[in-house]
Amino acid sequence: MNWQPSASIATLKQRAIILASVRDFFAQRDVMEVDTPAMSQATVTDVHLQTFNTTFVGPGAANGKTLYLQTSPEFHMKRLLCAGSGAIFQICKSFRNEESGRYHNPEFTMLEWYRPGFNHIDLMAEMDVLLQQVLNTAPSDSMSYQQAFIEHLAIDPLTADLEQLRQLAMSHDLGDFVATEQDHDTLLQLLFCFKIEPKIGLERPIMIYDFPASQAALAQISPADSRVAERFEVYYRGIELANGFHELADSDEQHDRFKIDNQKRVAAGLAPQPIDLHLIAALNAGLPDCAGVALGIDRLIMLALDQTHIDQVIAFEVQRS
Amino acid sequence: MATVSTNEFKNGLKFMLDGEPSTILDNETVKPGKGQAFNRVKVRKLISGKVLEKTFKSGETVEVADVMECDLDYLYSDGEFWHFMNAETFEQIAADAKAIGDNEKWLVEQDSCVITLWNGSPIIVTPANFVELEVTETDPGLKGDTAGTGGKPATLITGAVVRVPLFIQIGEIIKVDTRSGEYVSRVSK
Repeated sequence: MNWQPSASIATLKQRAIILASVRDFFAQRDVMEVDTPAMSQATVTDVHLQTFNTTFVGPGAANGKTLYLQTSPEFHMKRLLCAGSGAIFQICKSFRNEESGRYHNPEFTMLEWYRPGFNHIDLMAEMDVLLQQVLNTAPSDSMSYQQAFIEHLAIDPLTADLEQLRQLAMSHDLGDFVATEQDHDTLLQLLFCFKIEPKIGLERPIMIYDFPASQAALAQISPADSRVAERFEVYYRGIELANGFHELADSDEQHDRFKIDNQKRVAAGLAPQPIDLHLIAALNAGLPDCAGVALGIDRLIMLALDQTHIDQVIAFEVQRS
Repeated sequence: MATVSTNEFKNGLKFMLDGEPSTILDNETVKPGKGQAFNRVKVRKLISGKVLEKTFKSGETVEVADVMECDLDYLYSDGEFWHFMNAETFEQIAADAKAIGDNEKWLVEQDSCVITLWNGSPIIVTPANFVELEVTETDPGLKGDTAGTGGKPATLITGAVVRVPLFIQIGEIIKVDTRSGEYVSRVSK
């Protein structure tokens, strides 16, 4: 029985130092640390996120009530913003089922922060300062999602039709399923993962911004170009490090997106998820104009300490837990 | 027809790819934070031996290949087939030249081999890692030579040719590593 941690004690000391420096980064900027629940009565509807759940039994729940472990602290943090918290950050555990591998552990540590008055471009600039401080990197590059496809694959992701994407994916031998794939975003994600991501952010981090509107998640649609959403992702040395939004504040639109997600889940043979009506009510009361971002702390530490597997930076990976 | 989903992918899993039984050598999940997960899989096709990379959409299912391995003793060849026997059940099975591939030169009667069966028919015959064979032909060694000075070719009783030290003589038995085709040692009679 191997009871030893999967990370060395020396690595865990370095990890503690990095976490302290992240907290200091936000303290210097008057961003308040918060601590929101890890369990919730509702959860994300994203068709590609599988949740863990558990059953609460107690007063008011004699027959058991399902609680979901958060996949990120986003919904609770947005409710704090709606309640007038101002700028906030959190470092907490998040839980995603069916995810395990070199860059995934089913529970992992997430840094999430929100900046009222910022849009996604402002937040990318703040992210860059944090990365330079923690990773000692040169200033980040940035490129739009559209530019990245044009530069690396000579195709415009915003105008290419399904057949053109299929042909391109087939010409790169990206799987037999491609020939009959019906989902535009699946093909874009496939091409991005295997043909763009390995080539970008190798020397310094790169921020890819303005994702297709169909991959908006919880980001606003750009007022300048309705084909794109004000969402960005950070990549460095083959690792997807962070995902940020200029946050969608429209409660009706958010509610509709959740419902459409659930329809997609049912179509994919998955159970629909309970929509977080607390969040919808909070957005309805008013979310200040803000940008927010989630960063995988374990991956940040992998990069900072030049480690190749997430197990090397967390105390006990799932097989030893 | 049994199927498995990509969630059950692991090294050594045998499944059907382009109509050919194949084994997984390496499986990596690629999962963007937002969006579809994929499995990048390195596979070896068992019949052609070709190694290639394939991408699957996570959740896709593939057909399990009915592949099993068993230890059988080599009996003899009739020129067209090579015959093997299960030492416990005495059941016999015949493998064709395709399954034998380049390995005929390592087959020693009564030695145990690993036979890979697909739908009950042999597709790969893997000889024991080490076999002992008699040298039937080699140049006489020079006086005073010791091991490790380059060696010379020697033909073995099965037709295999291996490099041996200069002191090895016709009629001697040597031990050979079948995976690399290299001489290991002289076997004292």
